[in-house]
Amino acid sequence: MKKYLALALCLAVGLTACSSKPKQADTSKKVEDRSATTDKGTQTYGTGTDTGGAMSALNDPASPLAVRTIYFDYDSSDILPEYQKTVEAHAAFLAQNPKITMALEGHADERGSREYNLALGERRAQSVKRQMVLLGAAADQIRTTSYGEERPVVDGHDETSWSQNRRVEIIY
Amino acid sequence: MRKVVVLVLSLLPAVLVPQAFAVIDITVTEGVEQPLPVAVVPFGWSGPADSQPIFMESTIGNDLARSGRFAPMEAKDMPQTPTEFAAVNFKDWRMLGMQNVVIGSLRETGPDSYEVEFRLLNSFNGSQLAGFRVPATRKQLRRTAHRIADIVFEKLTGVRGAFDTRIAYVTVKKTGSNSRYSLQIADADGFNPQVLLESDEPLLSPAWAPDGKRLAYVSFEGRTTSVYVQDIITGQRQKVAANPGINSAPAFSPDGRRLALTLSMGGDPEIYVLNLETRGLYQVTHDRSIDTEPSWSPDGSRIAFTSDRGGGPQIYEASAQGGPAQRLSFEGSYNARPRYAPDGRSIAVVHGRDRRYQIGVFAPGQGGLEILSKSRLDESPSFAPNGSMIIYTTVGARGSELAAVSTDGHVHQRLALQDGEVREPAWGPFLSGQ
Repeated sequence: MKKYLALALCLAVGLTACSSKPKQADTSKKVEDRSATTDKGTQTYGTGTDTGGAMSALNDPASPLAVRTIYFDYDSSDILPEYQKTVEAHAAFLAQNPKITMALEGHADERGSREYNLALGERRAQSVKRQMVLLGAAADQIRTTSYGEERPVVDGHDETSWSQNRRVEIIY
Repeated sequence: MRKVVVLVLSLLPAVLVPQAFAVIDITVTEGVEQPLPVAVVPFGWSGPADSQPIFMESTIGNDLARSGRFAPMEAKDMPQTPTEFAAVNFKDWRMLGMQNVVIGSLRETGPDSYEVEFRLLNSFNGSQLAGFRVPATRKQLRRTAHRIADIVFEKLTGVRGAFDTRIAYVTVKKTGSNSRYSLQIADADGFNPQVLLESDEPLLSPAWAPDGKRLAYVSFEGRTTSVYVQDIITGQRQKVAANPGINSAPAFSPDGRRLALTLSMGGDPEIYVLNLETRGLYQVTHDRSIDTEPSWSPDGSRIAFTSDRGGGPQIYEASAQGGPAQRLSFEGSYNARPRYAPDGRSIAVVHGRDRRYQIGVFAPGQGGLEILSKSRLDESPSFAPNGSMIIYTTVGARGSELAAVSTDGHVHQRLALQDGEVREPAWGPFLSGQ
C-alpha cells in the first residue's frame, strides 16, 4: 500500500510538472511557450527584422493567419473550401519563414469509438499538413498530433457542439 | 449430514486495503421476466455480534440480484434462518415455493483467520447441490462471498458466474478548465476501488492481461500518446510503445506474451504485434486507411480490427501473423471497436445507424446484427469473461456513465459513479481457476 501510494504521488507530481493544457494560440507569448516545451529544445526563431515581421503578421487580427482553427465534416478529413484561404495563408507564412514551426492538433467529436476518433484526429491534422506542404511549407516545419475526442471545445451532445469539436488547431 | 468440499481460493496477492463502500452503485434497470427465486439465509457467526467482519448473505444476495436473473428473498419473509443442514425444515421452504436455499456460517478460527461454510440446497427434494468450506483471511471474505455467488449462479443457470472478477475504467473529474484522469480497478460489484494512475492528460483504452495481473493502457502524458504496461500489484510500469504518431489501442494476446496495438509511425494507423519478451515487432495490416482497435480471437489465431478502407469504419479480420484482411461487418454504416466474445463466436461493436451509436453484437458469417443498448451515444463494449454481460459507456446526466447489458438483451444495469465521469470500462478475466 505504501509503495503504491508513493508511486501514485510520484507520478502525480511528475505529471503535473511536465504537462500543460492545450491553449488557444494567438499571441507571440505563445510562440515563446512552444519553443520552451518542444522536443527540439535548441530551436530558435532568428533575430532582427525577420522575427519582428513574422510576429506582427501572426498577431494581426485582420490577417488570414488569425484564423487558427479548421473545422471538418463528420467522419471526414477533407478540407472544406471555406478553409482553403486559411491553409494557403499559413502555408505561405511557413514558406516565407522557414525557421518557424507549427503544430497541427487534430480533434474529433465524441460520436463513435475513442480509438477510431484518435486516428481520425490524426488524419485531419495530416490532411492539413499535406496541403500546406503542397503549398510550399517544409514538412519538418509542421508537427502533427491527435487528441481524438479527448479535448472537446464544447461539452454538449448535439450537432452544434460536435461541429465545433471536429477540428484541427493551428498552434505556433 | 451432507459433506462439504474444502475450497481454497487461488487469490491474487492483495496489496491494497479493501474499502467498505462501493464507488460504483449498480442497479438493475431491467431484469429477466421471471427471475429465479433464491433464499440466501443470514450466515451464522461464531463471535460477538459487533465484531462480525462481513454479512456474507448480503454480498451473495446482491451479486445474484444484480445479475437480473435472481430474485433473492428478504430475510423477514423467511420461515426460519437455519445455519446448518440438520436445522433446515425443507417443508417450510417448499410451502413458500422457495426451491433454492443457501445456508452457511462464518467462524473465526484464529487471528485474521476465518472459515466460511456454505451449502446450496434444493428444498423440493431435500438435496444438496453444492457444499464448500473455505478458509479465508478477513481481506479475502468479500471475495469468498463473490465466489459463493459464482457457484450458486453456475449451479442454477448452467453458466459460470463472473462475480469474482474485476473491472478497470477511467474516471474524469473536471474542475474549471482542468480535467483529472484516473485509471482505476474495482471488484465487479463496484467495491474496493483502487487507483493505478492519475494524470492531467487523458488516459485511454485499459486492457487486461489474461492473468489479471497487468493492465496495458494509453496515456497522453507529455502531450503525445504512449502505451504502458503496468503491474497491478506493484504499481510498476513500463513504456512499451512511444513512437512518432499514434501509439494506442493495446490488446493482450490470449497467452499474455504479446500486445497487439495501433501505431502510425509509418504514416497512417496500422495494427502491429509487439512481443513483450523479445520486443520484436511485426506489422499485421498494410493499408493506407485507418486500421485500429485490434481484438484477438480467443484462440489467438486472428485479430479483428476497425478499418475505414471501404469508406466508413467497418470490422475486418486478419491472421494474427499478418496477411490479407477480410471484411466481417456488413450491417449499417458504422461499426467500430470490435471485441470477441469469450467463446469466439460473436463480436461486440459500436454500431452507428440513424444518428445513434449503440452496442451491437453479430456473428461473423451469419448475417444480421443485434442491437443491445438503448441510448444514442453508447461505446466501449467489453465482455464479462463468462460472456453473459457486456459493460459499456453511455451518456447520462453527468456525462459518460457505465452501463451493462446481458448478451441476450434481457438484463440492463446502470453503474453509477459517485461523482465525475467514468469511461473506457474493461472487464477483467476470471480471478480464480475453475
